Amino acid sequence: MPRRIEQIWHHSRGVILPAAAVILLGLLWEASVHIFSIPVYLLPAPSVIWVDFISKADLVYGHTTATVNTILGGFLLSIAISFPLAVMIASSAVVANTIYPLLVLTQSIPKVALAPILVVALGAGEMPRVIVTFLVAFFPLVTSLATGLLAVPKDLIELSRSYRGTWWQEMWLIRLPWSVPFLFNGLKLAITFAVVGATVGEFVAADKGLGYQIMAATSFFNTSVAFGALVILSLLGIVLFQAVAIIERVLFPWSSPQE
Amino acid sequence: MASRTLIEINKITKVFRSLDGADVLALEDVSLDVGLSEFVSIVGPSGCGKSTLLRLVAGLTGPTEGRILIDGDEVTEPRRDIGMVFQAPTLLPWANILKNVLFPLKVLHRLTADSENRARELLKLVGLGEFEKKMPSELSGGMQQRAAICRALIPEPKILLMDEPFGALDALTREEMSLELQRIWTERPTTIIFVTHSVPEAVLLSDKVCVMSSRPGHVKEVIEIPLARPRSYSLETEQEFQNISQRIRKHIFENQTSARRIGAA
Repeated sequence: MPRRIEQIWHHSRGVILPAAAVILLGLLWEASVHIFSIPVYLLPAPSVIWVDFISKADLVYGHTTATVNTILGGFLLSIAISFPLAVMIASSAVVANTIYPLLVLTQSIPKVALAPILVVALGAGEMPRVIVTFLVAFFPLVTSLATGLLAVPKDLIELSRSYRGTWWQEMWLIRLPWSVPFLFNGLKLAITFAVVGATVGEFVAADKGLGYQIMAATSFFNTSVAFGALVILSLLGIVLFQAVAIIERVLFPWSSPQE
Repeated sequence: MASRTLIEINKITKVFRSLDGADVLALEDVSLDVGLSEFVSIVGPSGCGKSTLLRLVAGLTGPTEGRILIDGDEVTEPRRDIGMVFQAPTLLPWANILKNVLFPLKVLHRLTADSENRARELLKLVGLGEFEKKMPSELSGGMQQRAAICRALIPEPKILLMDEPFGALDALTREEMSLELQRIWTERPTTIIFVTHSVPEAVLLSDKVCVMSSRPGHVKEVIEIPLARPRSYSLETEQEFQNISQRIRKHIFENQTSARRIGAA
């Protein structure tokens, strides 16, 4: 019997230990707020966050879908633009030398500073938020994918060339499949950054979304609602990251890091 | 094995420009004739340009001087009737063994209804009959290399270029694979140029061994191997086998000492 318990412990400690840590931290937080009588607008107790947030459940749903739309919009735009960019970088050293400094430049611009300018240029709609999300998310995707396209063993390329394989065949039959693990590495980074980008976009110009909700709530010292939005944003990040990981495992089992 | 000449390597010189801008003479005045269905090994120390010579025959790179004729035609670009086997199996990790074997036909747009059956036949020939649905990562190094050989054979190439195909395998698997290759070659005669570091392997397999020396790579001697086939490694103890091996080693060894002397001077 003790042996059986040992086995269960061995298999589930990866879940039990972090869960216990989170619960313990939550209790500590709850207790500290009560013991030290911290005002609710400074640091609300988890129980207060829960109650306040649940009372606004329908609003939360609307804000969450708005943010998810922005995240996915920026993420899909990142994919659409990263693919041709990476293929161009991988195909020609001249193009790579031309494009890379520009890409690095886009990364050195502070996105928070760029967002209001984009609103002036593109209007107050969804567009500036999606663009900001894209600008934050696409860079790791381009670099990972370009690295993958260039990481193909020389022998495989020579094999294709020895049969006079065309540029397209080399790209489609060898380079792109070879890059799949690199691609998913980039996608995982991109989806995580997209959550950040969408939130930044909503800080600057939005009338809905979790980022907007945090701005609106904090300006009224409604800290518990802001904390609630923060928790949802974090959960969104985890869920979207795991979704990408699951897609990789289902569609490309040979690419997964396990085994 | 007095057959007509299929590959004529004619006074090839190859110069590479290295990264620091200096010219490196990789091959100097290399000539070699390979007959139809002949098995020719190229033996030599590292850096003697053996792989470069194979890539030249494959048309993957061009010579600085001289020319290579296959069937009387000068090689100027890759030919579709040549198969290549590299030191690493370099299978596609996302495709199963059968799909890997079919890969050249896909590139060549020659996939037909019968292709899969022919691939299965080849896999059976190398003892991989039951592994067609396995992924490369599920197979041992030797099995992967067998699959790579099937991949090279499936378009029925006139010429098979093998660049140290057993170099990454352990000694026992290596012996087994070389005997296997001899059997495959006997069943399906093909013209083979086989690059190796192993003298016994070269003697066992070849009709002709081309011994090269390095820096710059050039041909020391082309030695005919008159031993009767099928051969096995038990021949190693026989006088004739040892004489030939000794002659090959002498060339390689001689070259190394002279290189050392030049280095010391």
